Amino acid sequence: MRTGMSYKRKMKLAPWCFIGPFLIVFLLFTVYPVFYSVALSFGTYKAGSVKFFGLRNYRYLLSDKTFLQSILNTFKIGIIQVPLMIILALVFACLLNSKLVKGKGFFRMAIFIPVLIDAVSYSVIFSLLFNDQGFINNMISRLGFTPASWYTNPWLATMMIVIAQTWKWTGYNTIIILSGLQNIPSELYEAAAIDGAGRIQQFFSITIPLLKNMILMVMVTSVNGAVQMFTEPNIITHGGPTGSTTTVMKYLYDMGFKNFNFGIACAGSYVIVLIVVVLTLIQLRAGKEDAA
Amino acid sequence: MKKSRLAAAVSYAVLFVCVICALFPYLWTFLAATHTNAQVFHFDYTFRLGTNLIQNYHDLLEELPIWNNLFSSLFVATVYTVLVLLLDSMAGYGFAQYRFPGRNILFVIILAAMMIPAQVLMVPLYIQFSKMALTDTYAGIILSGLPGAFGVFLMRQSMLSFPRELIEAARIDGSGEAKTFFTIVIPNMKPALTSLAILSFVNQWGNYYVPLVLLNTKEKYTIPVAISLLAQPNFDINYGALMLGACMAVLPIMVFFLIFQRNFIEGMMVGAVKG
Repeated sequence: MRTGMSYKRKMKLAPWCFIGPFLIVFLLFTVYPVFYSVALSFGTYKAGSVKFFGLRNYRYLLSDKTFLQSILNTFKIGIIQVPLMIILALVFACLLNSKLVKGKGFFRMAIFIPVLIDAVSYSVIFSLLFNDQGFINNMISRLGFTPASWYTNPWLATMMIVIAQTWKWTGYNTIIILSGLQNIPSELYEAAAIDGAGRIQQFFSITIPLLKNMILMVMVTSVNGAVQMFTEPNIITHGGPTGSTTTVMKYLYDMGFKNFNFGIACAGSYVIVLIVVVLTLIQLRAGKEDAA
Repeated sequence: MKKSRLAAAVSYAVLFVCVICALFPYLWTFLAATHTNAQVFHFDYTFRLGTNLIQNYHDLLEELPIWNNLFSSLFVATVYTVLVLLLDSMAGYGFAQYRFPGRNILFVIILAAMMIPAQVLMVPLYIQFSKMALTDTYAGIILSGLPGAFGVFLMRQSMLSFPRELIEAARIDGSGEAKTFFTIVIPNMKPALTSLAILSFVNQWGNYYVPLVLLNTKEKYTIPVAISLLAQPNFDINYGALMLGACMAVLPIMVFFLIFQRNFIEGMMVGAVKG
């Protein structure tokens, strides 16, 4: 039973009916805010509208030591955390893919479990574990060393965040790398073994090259995650000591929703977007050059 | 032979250490929920049940309407997940099965928007929601998360491989486009929909930044915001109660995970391969 509309018109209209609802939400809550915040980054928010004053916000940010420090802090955390996590994930994934290991289902599940907990709860838990009298320090003193002051030493505070993040996300990356490993045909290894290649040689000449795209992807998402880190510094260290773990996102939150300086917060957001885009492009470029 | 035995032993040793590290904080949290303040930091109690569970519960309730918070989290995550499934599968179908002018450009724009971290848009969204009277509402939290492009991408990928002949046959039988979609296509998309549902639910359950910015009524706080409130410095609460709060945040997801374990991990893998 065809109604009044012709088949042709119907087929023209149909895709828009399917995409429409998403498109409306996308326009309202992504496209519009993007343009609004670009505008706002060149001005200030007063009495319900934007008052423009040019580049003042950007100039302020580039001369604000706290902001520059927050970029540096974010890099410091990321540069230690991302490689550490990816190497661990690679090791665990290889073990979970090895023929020598039985009970893979159990190990896979257990390793995955930290992914499930929400960012706030695990941050609170880690903040107590690393408390001056907490479990970690208790262990350290039981082993005969001096307990560390995780919250007053800037480096230790940074390490605390690195450890927390690595705990939470290694399992996720392990699972992803594992799915890549499972796609490598086992004949390749058998052939290599016949040719007399040892396990380590096999790892570097078969596994790593074939996993390259997967590792690249894991790296891009991990780096982006590190750049956007907010919860851990906000809850574990409150950005301290002396601002040494204030990440860019934490800085922007404080700027936007504690000081209510919307213009500067928007300008800062675009500095972050720029960093994310540049880092992603660098990594993709590096990945391509390696292949050539 | 000996060599591979040694290798196996080392593999197991590494994996066991890893499993202990992964699980210990959970165990510690569950036990700490029964401890008094002194017991939480007392080494002898690390692996022992404490005596303070009921007192901790009362202390927790005194500071937080924790059951309301739990409801908020459940409500927001559930509604969000249902809407994501509906909007994203429809949009994915539109992009996968129809040709129309501007299709590719539109799709690229939507994907490119994934590069913009959601938190970056919180300032303009906050202003927008204030004008729409949507701050301090669940609707604001849900709406701000809906434009995520990942689900559209995932659903489009799955629907590209759906046999066109089935859709054509339905059309010839006189089935309308919407009816074809809901009765023929959707029932065949269960794996992708399950993955997307799990990812959406877990992400929204853990969402902290958006509700932190938008909500300001204690009763409406989602669990993460409520717990972060207790964890503020100088806030005078016993740590056992705080850990009990953390347990309440973790348990629903754990139950969910144990029921859908296989889909969970596979869903994450699908997300990775296709993303």
